[in-house]
Amino acid sequence: MSEWNQSSVDEVPMRGSESQKADETFAMGIALPDGEIPVYEHDETLHDKPENQWLEMWRSLRANRAALVSLVFITALVVIAVIGPYITPYNPIETEMSNALKPPSAEHWFGTDQLGMDIFSRVIAGTRVSLTVGLLAVSIALTTGIILGAIAGYAGGWVDTVIMRLMDMMLAVPSILLAITLMAALGKGIDKAVIAIGLVSIPEYARIVRGNILSIKENDYIAAAHVVGLSDARIIFRHVLPNALSVIIVRATLGISSAILDTAALGFLGLGVQPPQPEWGDMLGRARGFIFQAPHTLLYPGMAITATVLAFNLLGDGLRDALDPRARIK
Amino acid sequence: MTEPLISLRHLSKHFTMDRDLLGRTTSVLKAVDDLSLDIFPGETFGLVGESGCGKTTVGKLLVDLYTPTAGEIVYGGVDLAKLRPQERRRYCRDIQLIFQDPYASLNPRMPVGDIIAEPIRVNRLQPAEKIDDRVGYLLNAVGLSANYRNRFPHEFSGGQRQRVGIARALAMEPKLIVCDEPVSALDVSIQAQVLNLLDDLSEEFGLTYLFIAHGLNVVKHISDRVGVMYLGKLVEVAPKRELYSNPLHPYTKALLSAIPVTNPALRTERILLEGDVTSPIDPKPGCRFASRCYAKSDCVGCDCDVEMPPLREVSPGHLVACYLHPGD
Amino acid sequence: MTTPDTGMSGGPMAIDVTRTPSRCDGRPVILDVRDLSTEFVMKRGTVRAVRDVSFTVREGEVLAIVGESGSGKSVAALSAMRLLQAPGRVAAGEVVYRGKDLLKLPAREMRDVRGNHISMIFQEPMTSLNPVFTIEDQLTESIRTHLKLDKKAAAERAIEMLRLVGIPSPEKRVKDYPHQMSGGMRQRVMTAMALSCDPDVLIADEPTTALDVTIQAQILALLAELREKIGMAVILITHDLGVVAETADRVVVMYCGQVVEEACAEDLFEQPLHPYTLGLLESIPGMDETESDEPLYMIRGMVPNPLNLPTGCAFAPRCDYRTEQCVREMPPLVERADGRKLRCFVDVTEVRQ
Repeated sequence: MSEWNQSSVDEVPMRGSESQKADETFAMGIALPDGEIPVYEHDETLHDKPENQWLEMWRSLRANRAALVSLVFITALVVIAVIGPYITPYNPIETEMSNALKPPSAEHWFGTDQLGMDIFSRVIAGTRVSLTVGLLAVSIALTTGIILGAIAGYAGGWVDTVIMRLMDMMLAVPSILLAITLMAALGKGIDKAVIAIGLVSIPEYARIVRGNILSIKENDYIAAAHVVGLSDARIIFRHVLPNALSVIIVRATLGISSAILDTAALGFLGLGVQPPQPEWGDMLGRARGFIFQAPHTLLYPGMAITATVLAFNLLGDGLRDALDPRARIK
Repeated sequence: MTEPLISLRHLSKHFTMDRDLLGRTTSVLKAVDDLSLDIFPGETFGLVGESGCGKTTVGKLLVDLYTPTAGEIVYGGVDLAKLRPQERRRYCRDIQLIFQDPYASLNPRMPVGDIIAEPIRVNRLQPAEKIDDRVGYLLNAVGLSANYRNRFPHEFSGGQRQRVGIARALAMEPKLIVCDEPVSALDVSIQAQVLNLLDDLSEEFGLTYLFIAHGLNVVKHISDRVGVMYLGKLVEVAPKRELYSNPLHPYTKALLSAIPVTNPALRTERILLEGDVTSPIDPKPGCRFASRCYAKSDCVGCDCDVEMPPLREVSPGHLVACYLHPGD
Repeated sequence: MTTPDTGMSGGPMAIDVTRTPSRCDGRPVILDVRDLSTEFVMKRGTVRAVRDVSFTVREGEVLAIVGESGSGKSVAALSAMRLLQAPGRVAAGEVVYRGKDLLKLPAREMRDVRGNHISMIFQEPMTSLNPVFTIEDQLTESIRTHLKLDKKAAAERAIEMLRLVGIPSPEKRVKDYPHQMSGGMRQRVMTAMALSCDPDVLIADEPTTALDVTIQAQILALLAELREKIGMAVILITHDLGVVAETADRVVVMYCGQVVEEACAEDLFEQPLHPYTLGLLESIPGMDETESDEPLYMIRGMVPNPLNLPTGCAFAPRCDYRTEQCVREMPPLVERADGRKLRCFVDVTEVRQ
């Protein structure tokens, strides 16, 4: 095909704008500005109620099967995390050496581990740890990341340079290595693991927030906010951040899964939770010697990690589409 | 003669385009260069020029979105540029801006009622309990139903969004509104609606407008006086009738003749300018328009390529910057 | 006007813009669009963006299609060229060019038509050129594919085309990348590209909307001159009635996807018959001395929701001349005795007196 044809076929903006205009004219059903001319009756029905953004979002999310299943799964996980410790068939930290490394059976659904602890009970009890760690670590990273990214993006100049070079330095080291180093300094323990994982994921959030803010800042409505005399803080929190929200939410959802993975990795290395406290990564780490004798000891905690991470990823993808008004229209 | 509402005195805004290794500026974009202009209370001043001529920069300087490189903006007897930020904010409240692009100038995540209420609330222009009434009043004033306050910008058409933008500006109870090409993004039939609305509002609210446009036709309807800008400089200023009936600057003449007209009787001989608007980056000495000027050869012994001609009054209220019209 | 190839230098220039005598009728039809309908299938319903639109293009004439956003003017042209993208699709109609219906042509032959016989230029010259190739790359590729020239001959032809559209020192500029050129220059390059294969018909979709007034004047003068030289027909799609008045031979006015009026340009501007055309003309801030402090005439309200068009005339809700009948039923597009076509029940000329 010739260049000319290509360029004409690639003429998306132009045609896009025409169809976009068609979309925009959807909105024109609402009454005429002068109020002098009666609006046609049948026109009022379409747009008599303001569109509810959250309702629209929920509709779009519901249409995405994978995201919906993930959402149900994650809700179930949360329930398990809350009531888990009370519903386990066995005490998850009770050892029974005589009963070690038993394959799954009617008594022990997921079998028992090298210390004779019931794996099903431990996977259930471990949900709370994994989810909490994921959420807490992401909260730390998100709050700090948003603040740093917002300041860098909004202020620009040397402030931006200093903050972002610092972030680049942190990004230069693989995050898990950085987390291990931090743990070495902070000491072992699940609380330290949360802090370490939270800290090392700050740069990702800061970068994403900054990038978004840089593009949002260019919009006329930000200039308009300046002109009507709003303070910088108000502009950031009322005008800039809400428009970056969808990207942040999506990133956070994906971030939870990577935090869970990181916790598992730290647990696997023996740096996270301390035994006999149940945690999926720690369970994997301790069972790795028995991979051939008793594969079920790795299978179930591994499945728990995989399923949870997958669910958060799929939900994140679904949210990305649901939060994007342009993706919603189609 | 009445006192001007606002005076721009030798106003300049330069942007650094390039620096050498030592951080010294080596290349400058002179968006606005030594521009002086008075705007009188109650009038509509049309500022016309093509893209890159600095007209939007003038608007942004007025509303404090840019800080001038040099010169003064005198409003209410004080130079805004010399005020401390806090005081400046108080003065700048009186000067508001209406944007060109109605799609980018409203926060998509805020209902229009909040967009209009926010300036009132933040600046404490009305007691809290009266804000709702005020928003309804402003919506009505710009021709929208007060029931629309809970709707989001994307539910409105371009013309309606522009009305919301106007209501936001009015919420500040301004004296001067800078209208930066407020109708050029709108459909023809909607343009007339918005222009008429602006006309009505100026009477109702006692407003003064600085109306920025890229063509002389839109400005003709709404303006009392018109200024023509070329590459950061004002080249001609005159009362409307005078400018349209007796344009003096070669550029003004070209701009006027370039307007496509529907009435064959009004069609005049067209002056086609060669080439594009030259870049405002590192302008050459001499008249900014010299490189495209078709009348240069008529001006024997003029300094067109040496020095920018000053803006001189040739008849009362009619100022032109051209060696062909040296004035008194 | 000086010929475009003299470049940028130059003394005083002026052209006489009084139009050549009407070439409104009589010439053979080259492109015949019949009952074209285009739909956009959206989540909330189907938008009939183009509704039973028919028009003809005659050899060597400038046909202007006028309308505001959402009128379907661009969609009609894109549909005819089969350049429509999902969710848009042509629902019905024929586009007859040299005895063949373009809508039924195999994709390969259609590409040949688009390259060699009917070309398009678009509104935004910024995005229509590929930023990573030089002007020469883009021009020669098109020329070589369609004219089967070798590389050297194609390069020469490219330079020749750039000279034709008035780009100064084309031998040098041909090596430029798009970002090194101004908007007006890019639009000239787009025009050169569209013209490089000697098309019979050039579709120009808002070719000057993104440009400054003085540049717009240059491009319009260029199009007029090229039409003389090459003898091609031009379909000019625009919302600017001023541009139409100065360039078009015939005008089709569209509203809400329908043709509401069609006439020779002179007749249309002298005596618009459809209330919409009339309103558009009157709402332009004119250059007359008479109008001044009076408010502009305005068409009230706005374009109806395309998903929910009125049962009667689409313009009736905004129309000053509407009757009961207008609200009830859709007026047909009727050809009058004088050859003009009109979709209106009301005789505006009579009512106005």
